[in-house]
Amino acid sequence: MTRVTQHALFWPATTLALLLVVSAIFNPAFLSIAWRDGHLYGNLVDILNRAAPLMVVSLGMTLVIAVRGLDISVGAVVAIAAAVAALMIGGSFSASGNAASEHPLWMALGTALAAAAACGLWNGLLVVKAGMQPIVATLILMVAGRGIAQLLTGGQIITVYYPPFFTLGNGYLLGVPVALWIAVALWGVLHLALARTALGLFIRAIGGNPEAARVAGIRAASITLCVYTFCGLAAGVAGLIISSNVKSADANNAGQLLELDAILAVTLGGTALTGGRFTLAGTVIGALIIQTLTSMIYSLGVPPEVNLVVKAALVFAVMLLQSAEFRGLVLRVARSARA
Amino acid sequence: MNWRMNRRLLPLGITILLFVGMAAFGAIRYDGFLSPQVFLNLLIDNAFLCVVAVGMTFVILSGGIDLSVGAVIALTTMISAALLDAGWNPYAAIGLVLVLGAAFGALQGLLIQQFNLAPFIVTLAGMFLARGCCYLISTESIPINDPTYAAIAQARIPVGFDSSLTIGALIALAVVLAAMRVAHATEFGRTVYAIGGGESSARLMGLSVASTKVGVYLLSGLCAALGGVVMTFYMLSGYSLHAVGLELDAIAAVVIGGTLLSGGVGYVAGTLFGVLILGIIQTLIAFDGTLSSWWTKIVVGVLLLLFCLLQRLFEGRTRKAA
Repeated sequence: MTRVTQHALFWPATTLALLLVVSAIFNPAFLSIAWRDGHLYGNLVDILNRAAPLMVVSLGMTLVIAVRGLDISVGAVVAIAAAVAALMIGGSFSASGNAASEHPLWMALGTALAAAAACGLWNGLLVVKAGMQPIVATLILMVAGRGIAQLLTGGQIITVYYPPFFTLGNGYLLGVPVALWIAVALWGVLHLALARTALGLFIRAIGGNPEAARVAGIRAASITLCVYTFCGLAAGVAGLIISSNVKSADANNAGQLLELDAILAVTLGGTALTGGRFTLAGTVIGALIIQTLTSMIYSLGVPPEVNLVVKAALVFAVMLLQSAEFRGLVLRVARSARA
Repeated sequence: MNWRMNRRLLPLGITILLFVGMAAFGAIRYDGFLSPQVFLNLLIDNAFLCVVAVGMTFVILSGGIDLSVGAVIALTTMISAALLDAGWNPYAAIGLVLVLGAAFGALQGLLIQQFNLAPFIVTLAGMFLARGCCYLISTESIPINDPTYAAIAQARIPVGFDSSLTIGALIALAVVLAAMRVAHATEFGRTVYAIGGGESSARLMGLSVASTKVGVYLLSGLCAALGGVVMTFYMLSGYSLHAVGLELDAIAAVVIGGTLLSGGVGYVAGTLFGVLILGIIQTLIAFDGTLSSWWTKIVVGVLLLLFCLLQRLFEGRTRKAA
């Protein structure tokens, strides 16, 4: 039994299961999945679909946090990627619904992702080469990045009329949302890269002690740089999914507060903010917890205003559970109560 | 010794020079820029930011961060408006929100100190909690019609040269002066610097690290509540979406003011100029009239970058000198 509770994924998975059980008790239809209009349909599918962008961003964030970093610019990068893609596709409304794209779709998506990766690289350079604290280095892009996205879109919401672009955020492949395929594919690739090569070990070593890792012959600087670039790229992918889902790019609001949700998902999943210990599966569960909580609050008919308060209570609870000092205090209180 | 002192003052000097430079640029470029009221308006329009940034300075000096301040401001405006709506005495309402703000900050400080939690996550949860409590009170904006509040909001204190200040601006100035004294002439202030310089060394020196760390967050919560009161005078309404993202402006003002985010180095006076620089950027853009508001963000980002690079250079040199 103790071996089960000590597993890294025990607490995150229990939290998620509890949330689902509570939802199912209050609304028995919550867990039902049906086949409708040629794809899977139901609350659970909806949660997975809506959690996909957060999952993608959080996977990137996990690696950054694992090397003792933090990236608070992901929300701004989401806005930049969405703006670039919308501008490249351009075009205007046509009654036939067959609006053309100004540039080929692959080029628009590629440019958006390249811009996002460049943002990540910039963050990485500030952290690795200039030696800034990660939170400060990424604060710069967080502030300026949203300004750049607004500059690109002229402060307007750019609507996209090109149907193939909508597939990313609204389409289905084999009955499963395309966004979910993307998130799962990214997770799979990352898992293989980290578990089957020495990269995962290197990242743990850098997070555990950067100096020791460097002395041991790990190229800490270039790996950290790659991790930040990947986090930017992941934010770009999320930006494409989000803008495709709402069929527009909104530089003011796209990805607003996403950095906080992503850090929250990573923490809820059991990755240590101090670096060195990370779990990709935990992060995915963390993202699902956040989305389940939101969906649950809506489906239970609780006023959405309560959402933030519940979220806060959840963060406090998880934070305290992860603190060795708090567990020690609880044990002491329990022991003195027994005595 | 004297030379080392100058080195410590260098970032502050650069901040003040930058402010003077921007003011000179505005004066040459735009008619009517060089009037006392334009400069006093910097303080009037950013009074709440100034109060919050002063509290943030102490948190950052101690090596921490407080992301909850914007939400605490919104909660303060909400509670004030709701209490006044319920017929409370305005001064009793102000007193209560200040106590609540301090208690909120102290609670976050206790969690950070007692359970060794990351300030970033604790204050992030605090931000969700405070913002969520706003929505619980009301999702709509609550107007304030209390005559005392209206009188305070409209009061103008003449300071000569045909110009005037508001009560909010005076509060901000008083907070800056009081904070300078606390930072440089009290045991609490010196302990904050010591913790930022090295927490374990401060503990080994026998300083009261635990109570000071809680005190720093208490002070930040109190400043946020006071900033909220000043904002209530300025806006004459309570709204859950007031001061969204203000914590970032406050952090930016502190960094531009020359305080190191790693803690231990910086001045409250620098923060005042950091706030004034953020204000003058907006004023310059408003005077220009052709530039869109997003240029503010880009310029602030560039300034942050310059200051951080400068600080790295400065840190690197002192380390070599040591």
